[in-house]
Amino acid sequence: MKVPPGVSPTDFAAALAQFEQAVGKEWVFTSDEDVALYRDAYSPFIGEPDEIVASAAVAPDTVEQVQQVVKIANNYKVPIYTISTGKNLGYGGSAPVLSGSVVLDLKRMNRILEVNENNAYALVEPGVTYFDLYRYIQEKGLKLWIDVPDPGWGSPVGNSLDRGGGYLMAQYRNHFDSHCGMEIVLANGEIIRTGMGAMPGAKTWQEYKTGFGPWVDGIFSQSNFGVVTKMGFWLMPEPDAYLSGIVYVARRDDLIPLIETLNYLENTRVTNGMPDLGSPLLHIPMISEIAEWNEGNGPAPPDAELAGLLAKGEGGLSPDLEQYALKNGIAYWSCKLSFYGAEKANAANWEFAQEKFSKISGVKFVQKENYKLPLTPEQREKVHKPQFGIPSLTMFSIGARSPVNPNPTNGHMWFSPIIPRTGEAIFEANRVFAEAAKEFNVPALSFSLPSTYWERAFIYIFAFPVTRDEDTNKKNRAAFKRIVQRAAEHGWGEYRTAPAFQSVIMDTYAYNNHALLRFHETLKDAVDPNGILSAGRYGIWPKHLREAKA
Amino acid sequence: MSKLVGFSIAALFVLVVANGPPAQEQQTFKSAWTATPVSGEGQPRGYVQFQDYCAACHGEGQDKPGTLALGAKYKGAEPAMLEKRTDLTPQLIKLYVRNGITVMPFFRKTEISDADLGAIAAYLTRNNKPQ
Repeated sequence: MKVPPGVSPTDFAAALAQFEQAVGKEWVFTSDEDVALYRDAYSPFIGEPDEIVASAAVAPDTVEQVQQVVKIANNYKVPIYTISTGKNLGYGGSAPVLSGSVVLDLKRMNRILEVNENNAYALVEPGVTYFDLYRYIQEKGLKLWIDVPDPGWGSPVGNSLDRGGGYLMAQYRNHFDSHCGMEIVLANGEIIRTGMGAMPGAKTWQEYKTGFGPWVDGIFSQSNFGVVTKMGFWLMPEPDAYLSGIVYVARRDDLIPLIETLNYLENTRVTNGMPDLGSPLLHIPMISEIAEWNEGNGPAPPDAELAGLLAKGEGGLSPDLEQYALKNGIAYWSCKLSFYGAEKANAANWEFAQEKFSKISGVKFVQKENYKLPLTPEQREKVHKPQFGIPSLTMFSIGARSPVNPNPTNGHMWFSPIIPRTGEAIFEANRVFAEAAKEFNVPALSFSLPSTYWERAFIYIFAFPVTRDEDTNKKNRAAFKRIVQRAAEHGWGEYRTAPAFQSVIMDTYAYNNHALLRFHETLKDAVDPNGILSAGRYGIWPKHLREAKA
Repeated sequence: MSKLVGFSIAALFVLVVANGPPAQEQQTFKSAWTATPVSGEGQPRGYVQFQDYCAACHGEGQDKPGTLALGAKYKGAEPAMLEKRTDLTPQLIKLYVRNGITVMPFFRKTEISDADLGAIAAYLTRNNKPQ
C-alpha cells in the first residue's frame, strides 16, 4: 500500500483505523484494486511512474462523518483530497493532485435537502448528480429546470466549484454564479455557512447570496480551503416557450459584425439562451448539431474543390474559400440564437434580432425550433437535451468510436483558454494556435470556433488526446505546457485545467510577481496550517510542500 | 411592564414555531445516470441497474455513445446493444466496468457497488446459451 508523503506507516495505519471507526470499515478503501478506481481515467500520465495516484479512499455519508475524517487527517497530518462525484473527466476525474493523498469521496452524500418551486432554488449535498436532481424534480412534478453541463452524471456542487457551465439562460449557465449559499467543513473540523446561512435560523439562505460582510464563497471554488458539504442553487422556472433561429452570413469578415451584434443582443437580453456558432463552409458543426453529425447525418463531405481549398486554406481562411462559398451559396458562418420566454415575446425578440443583423449584407435567416413547453416526447428525442435542462451523456459520442471517429483515444485533456468576445480575437486565436501546433509538432488544430457559455468572453475548448502510448502522451504534455505559455503571451488565460497543469497555469497568472498566488498561499497557511486539504489543487500548495519544492 | 415583555417573548416564540424553517426532506436517492426511472416489475434481475447505470450510453438509439461505438466496432458482426448480446461473460463485463475502455471511464464502488455490478452482469448474460 502506498503511504502519503510525510506520513509514517504507523501514523497512516492509525489514521486508517480511525477512518474506519468514523465511516464504517466498508467505506475505507485500501486494497490496490479499490484504490486503482481513484485514478484519473483520462490522466495524461496514465501507466507512467509519474501518474498521480491515491493511497486510499474514505467515503463518509454525513457532514458529521466528514468532520471526523478531517479531524483525524489533521491530527495525523494525512493529506486528503476531496471529490464529489468524481466525474470531472478531462479535468482530473477522481484522482488527487498530490500523489499519495487519501481521496475523500463524497459520492454517498447524495441528499436533496430542499427544492423550492415558488422561488426556484435547491439545496443539495455533493454526491447528488444532475440526473438525481432532475429525477427528483420530475417525480414531484415541479415546473423547474436545472442547468446541466453536457455530461449529466456530475455533481452540481463539484461542477460549480470547478466553475463549469451549461446551456440555459445566461444567469444560470455559469454554475458558480448561480449558486446561493454554502456549508463548509474547515481543516480543523469546524463548520461554517456562508451568506445568509451564517445567521442561525436564516430564512433566505438560498435566496440572498451575500449575507453580511465579506462574501467568501469564491475562495472555496478552484481551491483547497475547505470541504463544501452543502450548496444552494438557483433553478430556472420552466418557460412558456422556446424558439430558435439561425443567422447565416456569407463572407469571412462578416464574423466581426456578427459577433458585435450578438453581443448587443445578449447583453440586452434580447436573446437569452446560449448562442451557438458554426461554419457550414468549414464543416464546423454548431454544438446542437454535433450528435447528428457524429451519427453520420451531417452534411455531405466537401467536394474535391472544397477539400483542396480547405487543405491549403491557412487555418480555414483564404480569399479562395470565400469565393467558393459565395459561388456555391454556402454560408461562411452560422449562429443559432435561442429564446426562452413567452411565445409572443420570443417571436418579437427574434424579429428584432433579425432587424439588427440585417446591416450585414447578404445575411440570411432560418427559423428553427418553436416549441410550446414542456416538450412533447417526440420533440424531446430530437433536441440537444442540455438546452432544455435535461441531463444526458450523449456528448461522449464526440470522443467515442463512431462512423466519423473509427480510432478513439483513451480520453483527453482540455486546453480551455478564455479570449475576448470579438471576431478579431477568433481570427487571432486560430492563427496563433495553428502556428503553435505546427511549431510544437502536434496535429494541427483545425480552424475552430469558440464556445459561448460565458456572457462577456469566449472560451475555446481544445481536446489534447490521451493515449496508451507514453511517448505520444509525453509529447502532448510538453506541447500543452508550451501552448499555455503561448496563450499567456497573448493575454489569454485558461479557466480550468487538469491537475497535471494546474501549477503551470497558475504561474501564468503572474501579475506583480505572482501577488495573487501569494495571497492564496497566505490564506491557505491560515485556514489549513497542516496543509491537509487537497494539496496542490489549482496550484495552491501548503507551506511545507512549497518549502520542499523550493 | 415585565408582564408585557413576557407576553411579547411568548408571542414571538409562538410565531417562530409557527413559521419555523420548512422541514427538510433529507431524501436520499440511489444515484442513477438516466433521466427517466424504470420499473423493475416483471423484469429480470439487473434490468433496473443496467438502465440506471449503463443505458444512457448503451441503451437503444444512435444518440447513445456506447451503442454507437460498439456498432462502429463490430459493423454488424455483433449487436451494438449490450442487452442483445449473448456472448458476454460476467468476468468481461466486470473487467470493463472496473477498468474502462477508450473514453469510457472505470467506475468506483461508491458509484456502482459490487452487488449492483453482479446484477448487471447477470442481466447481460441472461440469454447466453449454455456452454
